Amino acid sequence: MIEVQHLTKRYGPFTAVDDISFTVDKGEILGFLGPNGAGKTTTMRVLTGYMPPTEGTAVVAGYSLLDKPIEAKRRTGYLPETPPLYPDMTVREYLEFCARIKGLPRADRKARVSSAMERTRVADMAARHCAKLSKGYRQRVGLAQALLGNPEVLILDEPTAGLDPKQINETRQLIKELRGDHTVILSTHILPEVSQTCTRVVIINKGKVVAVDTPDNLTSRLRGSETMYVQVDAMGADPGGTLAGLAGVTKVTAADTRDGVVGLEVESETGRDVRRELAAAIVGRGWGLLELRPMRMSLEDVFLKLTTQESDAPAASDVVASEQVEVAHE
Amino acid sequence: MSNILAIARKELSAYFASPIAYVVIGFFALMFGFFFYSLLLYFDRQSLQAAGQAVNVNEQFLRPVFLNATVIFLFVLPLVTMRTYSEEKRSGTIELLLTAPLTDLQIILGKFLGAMGLYAAMLAITLVHVGLLFVFGNPEWRPVVTTYLGLLLMGGCFISVGLLISSLTKNQIVAGMITFGVFLMLWVINWIASFMGPTTQQVLNYLSITDHLDDFTKGIIDTKHLVYYVSFITFGLFLTARSVDTERWRG
Repeated sequence: MIEVQHLTKRYGPFTAVDDISFTVDKGEILGFLGPNGAGKTTTMRVLTGYMPPTEGTAVVAGYSLLDKPIEAKRRTGYLPETPPLYPDMTVREYLEFCARIKGLPRADRKARVSSAMERTRVADMAARHCAKLSKGYRQRVGLAQALLGNPEVLILDEPTAGLDPKQINETRQLIKELRGDHTVILSTHILPEVSQTCTRVVIINKGKVVAVDTPDNLTSRLRGSETMYVQVDAMGADPGGTLAGLAGVTKVTAADTRDGVVGLEVESETGRDVRRELAAAIVGRGWGLLELRPMRMSLEDVFLKLTTQESDAPAASDVVASEQVEVAHE
Repeated sequence: MSNILAIARKELSAYFASPIAYVVIGFFALMFGFFFYSLLLYFDRQSLQAAGQAVNVNEQFLRPVFLNATVIFLFVLPLVTMRTYSEEKRSGTIELLLTAPLTDLQIILGKFLGAMGLYAAMLAITLVHVGLLFVFGNPEWRPVVTTYLGLLLMGGCFISVGLLISSLTKNQIVAGMITFGVFLMLWVINWIASFMGPTTQQVLNYLSITDHLDDFTKGIIDTKHLVYYVSFITFGLFLTARSVDTERWRG
């Protein structure tokens, strides 16, 4: 549905996007993840036909942006970083204007505008001037504009920025509903958003693609070894040595101790599940096994690993970033 | 075409949603009314002094009124055009237009027509004055029609230049000031013509935007002037299109 090949964008001597390639299949939701200034917005602006690439090609909905930009734009809805609202128009006037320039047939313009307002929950503000909307409403009116006409491709630049937690949830729900019929690219620097809504992630840093994979694969791929968290009531004994002696276990570190209950992090060889052995060993000694769960690297860890230089993960060997990345928590 | 009209409608309603349209039209109406009145007093005295000789309302009254009125456009049209692109660039709404299935030309023509609409509204006010003249006098209608045609074309030139300058900057004030300067220059450029060599003189006279209006106010439609105005407008809009395109590449 979207095909980007060797895309490069330079502003004078500054290279904002450096030879990136990726494809998005129909019905996918692709998360575009990266620190501020990584080139997310630039890539999206190229994909929406706002600006041409310096090098490379992009095909959106089957139309090359270079040869058939109008056809590609007709099939794309775009929410820019700052919602492009006209302050003097009311929400309804604004959306009707958007419907007109998007070339929606006159007969169902009104219905389309109303349904877009319903979906983004801005109908109660239909008669209000855009200038007087709160940040959350602005963002959602911008989203309504992108959804107008049900375009095949949706490109959303930080769709949840400026929303409160409830609105964020609603917006994510809305985006999830789009999966299947629509192809969505959304950019964000909020990590839980990606694991919650996206089917695939492109991590981009300093204008280069650092990793492309599903959120699950990314986290597991970068684990290197499997780690289990075990909580044992060892009746005063030290379980560490016992567990370290088991086959397949490479390392045991104490995590916490409280009232005689010991928490341990047990690392094992990659691909080897030692849970059964651990449980058998603990129960066999008459200790209490209170908790046993795999510890997974969060996407946050993956992201930091990929976008900072200290990383020693193999997948991040080509990363040139030096700055510490600021990760937004919710 | 419907795309162009959609943009034009949006531009026009933006003028009327903000104070711009009212200030510009109000100021113009005031000034034009004053011009009309003072020249009417002057014409009145002239006809008394002519004592029985035929005086021509078109030639001796309407023509000077409209030629003088062009100076008002010099002041108010920069206020009309300065926001067209600058404001969209500053607020980011240009992103909406450039990513919509519109060509640059449609956007530019839409903005041009929107500004022309406001200009036409200003001219429409003068119909009141001219109408009074038809009620109380008997001017010829043909030169009046050609005068309006000439004024529309002249305004089109100003607006196309204004659009171009607005597309070059994010700052409205800068756009307005430069537009005013350029208008003024196009206005006075033939003042020095008579001091120049024959070729330069011709070129300078030809460049002056208002010089070409003269024949229209006499009731003459000369293709020379039509060609000048139409090619001026086309060139202005063409340069605007290039400017918008360059902006895209630069990002």
